[in-house]
Amino acid sequence: MNTSTTYGARDHARAQEQEVERPDAPGAFWAERVQPDGYAHRVVARGTVLRMDDVTGDACAHVLLHHADQPWERLNVADTVKVQWNAYLGAGVLLLSDQGRVLASITESSGAHDALCGTSPQGRSLFTLAAAKHGLTPRDLPPSLSFFQGVHVMPDGKLDFTGASGPGSVTLRAELPLIVLIANTAHPLGSTCSALDVAAWRGEPTAPSDPLWTATPEGRRAFENTADYLTARGLS
Amino acid sequence: MTVVPARAPWSGVIARGQTLTIIDSGGNQAVDFLVYDAADTSVRYSAPDTIVMQGNIFLTSGSVLYSGARTPLMTVVEDTCGRHDTIGGACSKESNTLRYGHHTRPQHACVENFLLEGSKWGLGKRDLVSNVNWYMNVPVEQDGTLGIVDGISSPGLRVGLRAETDVLVLISNCPQINNPCNGFDPTPIELVVS
Repeated sequence: MNTSTTYGARDHARAQEQEVERPDAPGAFWAERVQPDGYAHRVVARGTVLRMDDVTGDACAHVLLHHADQPWERLNVADTVKVQWNAYLGAGVLLLSDQGRVLASITESSGAHDALCGTSPQGRSLFTLAAAKHGLTPRDLPPSLSFFQGVHVMPDGKLDFTGASGPGSVTLRAELPLIVLIANTAHPLGSTCSALDVAAWRGEPTAPSDPLWTATPEGRRAFENTADYLTARGLS
Repeated sequence: MTVVPARAPWSGVIARGQTLTIIDSGGNQAVDFLVYDAADTSVRYSAPDTIVMQGNIFLTSGSVLYSGARTPLMTVVEDTCGRHDTIGGACSKESNTLRYGHHTRPQHACVENFLLEGSKWGLGKRDLVSNVNWYMNVPVEQDGTLGIVDGISSPGLRVGLRAETDVLVLISNCPQINNPCNGFDPTPIELVVS
C-alpha cells in the first residue's frame, strides 16, 4: 500500500485493525491477555471481582494496589503479613494498606504465591510504566506481591523457590476503589514466564454478614477501619 | 557518639566509606531503619531486593542493603547479635489498631517517627517503604506463621553499617509496648559514626 501521500498513509493505517486476542470472560468489563513482559492496569470500583488466570501454568502476576481516591495510601506488604500472622498468600487473606484498611480480599486462590521477594528489575520497569499512566512515579512503588510462583522460607531464613504450580487462578475482591497495576514477568528467583489472563466484573464488597468480615479479629478491625473511611467520605 | 532516647527518631547523612554503628545499649530494643541514596531519595532501601540478592530473609554480617535499583546502599560489616528482621515493617498507629485493638490508636509508633524525621529532608508518606528492624526477632514457621517474638539481643550488642554511597538514614527507636520487640520497655540506643 502506498504511504508516500497523506491519503495513502491514512488508508494504510486504517487497514491495519485486527481483532484483539482476549480471554473468554462473559460479562467482564475488563478482559485482557497479558503476554510475558507485558503489563496491565485499570482503575476499578469497590466491589469489583478481579480474576487472574495462569493460562498455561508459568505466569507470574506481580501486583500493586493503590487506593484510587488517595494513591499515597497503598498496599503494605509488611503490614499484610505481620497483621495476619502469615507470610503466605491464599484464599481469605486480606491485602492491607498502610492505613489499616482492606484494599482487597483474596476470595479464591490456587497454587503458591509470594509476598517476600517483590519484583525484578524488569518488573520494576513495567510497574514504572503502568504507574505513570496514573500519574504515579517510582516513589509510589512499594514492595509488591507476586502470584503463581511460590517461595518457601526455610527455618534458617533461606528462600526455597518452588516456582510454578501449574495452571490456576486467583480472584480478588476490591474493598476500596483501586488503581490495579499488574506486571507479568519472571519471578525474581525464576527465569520463565507465560501468558496471564485478567478479567474483572462488577460485584459487591465484603459485607459485615460475610464470614470473612469476622474470620479474624485483625481482619474485622481492618474492615471496620475501611467502613469508617467510606462512611465519612459518603461512599457507603 | 549520639544517644537516641527511647521512643525517639534520628536521621543523618552517612558519607560513602563511613560506618554507622548502632548499639543496643539496654538489650532487645528494636531499631526501625530506612536508608536512601542521599543524591536521589527515590533510590531507597528495598526489602525484597535485599532478600532476593542474598537468598535469605535475615540480615547479618555480610548482608548488603540494596535499593530497588539493585544498587548497594550499605553493608553490614559487624553484627554481634546474629540476625535481624526484613519482613515485619514498622509499627504505625493504624496497624496497631489491627494488631491490638482500636484503643491503641493514640500510642506513639515508628511511622510517626519516620514521617516527622523524614519531613526534615523533604521526605513524606510516599517515601516510606518496608524497613529493616535491627535486633527484632521475626521467625517464619514452616506453615508460614510469622510473628514478632522475644528478642535474641542483649545489652551492648552492635551492628556496624558501612555506607557504599552517600546515604540518608532514618531511624525510629521503636516505641512499641504491645509486643516483645522492645521487651515491653523501650530503651535508648547509641549511634557512632566512624
